[in-house]
Amino acid sequence: MLIHKKPDVLPSEITPPEVFENRRQFLKAAGFGLAATAAVTSGLLSIPAQAASDVKHGQKIGRFTKSAYSTNEKLTPFNDVASYNNFYEFGTSKGDPVQNADTLKPRPWTVSIEGAVKKPKTISIEDIFKLAPLEERIYRMRCVEGWSMVIPWVGFPLSKLINWAEPTGDAKYMEFISLADPMQMPGVRVPILDWPYVEGLRMDEAMHPLAIMAVGLYGEVLPNQNGAPMRLVVPWKYGFKGAKSIVKIRFTDKMPQTAWMKAAADEYGFYANVNPDVPHPRWSQKTERRIGSGLFSPRIKTQPFNGYAEQVAQLYTGMDLRRNF
Amino acid sequence: MQPSKKQIAWIKAGLFILALMPLARLFWLGFHDDLSANPVEFVERSTGTWALVCLLVTLSMTPIRLLTGMTWQIQLRRMTGLFMYFYACLHFSTYIWLDHWFFWSEITADIVKHPYVLVGFSAFVLATPLAITSNRAMMLKLGANWKKLHMLVYPIAILAVLHFWWLVKKDIREPLIYALVLALLLGTRLYYKKLGSSRALRAAPEAQLNQQH
Repeated sequence: MLIHKKPDVLPSEITPPEVFENRRQFLKAAGFGLAATAAVTSGLLSIPAQAASDVKHGQKIGRFTKSAYSTNEKLTPFNDVASYNNFYEFGTSKGDPVQNADTLKPRPWTVSIEGAVKKPKTISIEDIFKLAPLEERIYRMRCVEGWSMVIPWVGFPLSKLINWAEPTGDAKYMEFISLADPMQMPGVRVPILDWPYVEGLRMDEAMHPLAIMAVGLYGEVLPNQNGAPMRLVVPWKYGFKGAKSIVKIRFTDKMPQTAWMKAAADEYGFYANVNPDVPHPRWSQKTERRIGSGLFSPRIKTQPFNGYAEQVAQLYTGMDLRRNF
Repeated sequence: MQPSKKQIAWIKAGLFILALMPLARLFWLGFHDDLSANPVEFVERSTGTWALVCLLVTLSMTPIRLLTGMTWQIQLRRMTGLFMYFYACLHFSTYIWLDHWFFWSEITADIVKHPYVLVGFSAFVLATPLAITSNRAMMLKLGANWKKLHMLVYPIAILAVLHFWWLVKKDIREPLIYALVLALLLGTRLYYKKLGSSRALRAAPEAQLNQQH
């Protein structure tokens, strides 16, 4: 039996890899070969502070039903789902969020509803939990980078939140805005993206029964690194569409400029539907690596609309999906 | 500081073991199921990073001589260069085996269509003749051409850094560090070359040193 011992060094005490790397390069350039040697050795000996088996579990969610929309594919283990995340507000390496997201305070939390609605209002996370019966939805999640997971989300249809928000006839799009608090999120102190993180959906996409607001996974409240306390999940789109730690929802008549569109409009479009036939300008989208399958399993084929074509393809009839990527 | 022959042998042995540590670490982490949620990416990234580090270490030997006048470290250059190729081979094998499972049509398309893959692949291809001609017999056989051939290390280094730069999604801080180090190393060379008449250059015993071991 393998026993994973807690490291004696606090994760916060370990030099971040970029700093370490920086230091090592500097030393080498300066010609202190031996000093560099020492630095390299210490780097090699520092075993990752957070072993996969250490990921903290959250509070159990009392009641939820199982949804018929679930896939029966093999689940990606909790440790992988909660330790391999793109959440740039906590750092750009996929191991960063699990290390840094402790500072996020998901309670108390309110979400404000603005724009083309009868009356702007705010709702507390407690009331969001009571807005609709919670369901477990086991969805595939395909990242634009070419990897995927199968995640048992706990949440409710986004349409329920929309109905509660009472949008007016002017509402053609929805904008989802994430928290951008430099006190809680070290990553937003660095201008990697134009903070806050913004995502958006067309109204008909948002009303689709497969689009959900997730408040948990694996029967527990969302881990901070997965976007606590509430995040968007749109399973037929690339993962970056799923705005995390949402604080504001705005209904508008104009297509929102999302954070990734602003960062690289030629690489990330508004629709971002999973599509093996439309490559990312820098890499192919034909295949994906299923996380949790180990070192020796090959990639699998990526499905149009991430395998949800039957349910969602009609939303895009007549649209050129190569142009509207 | 000029280590004795015996000391050099010890330094070389130490460096050899040190340079194997990144590989040992991968085995250790693999054995403990600790290669992250995406082990293929982890191995690919790690071997690529260490190939680049070895390359920059190799390229730092001459600037160290130019800046300090020390020459003995030049004798370590062949080993660090070969370790660069060793990690590049592991990196490339991970790519064609663990990442793409010898799916040749996909691999070819990936190399041809995607600039970041193409520059990385080019760097690897260009490094191959350098690895082959790194031994003493080839050095003697090629004579003056050997030095010309090994100038390839400069384009290789630039391609390797580009490979890293073009791969990242948005946060370019890490590749930027490598680019700056490379700029510093190449800049030092250019600066001393411009000085032209500098004593450091005239006294350069590199050619002889290369022949010695």
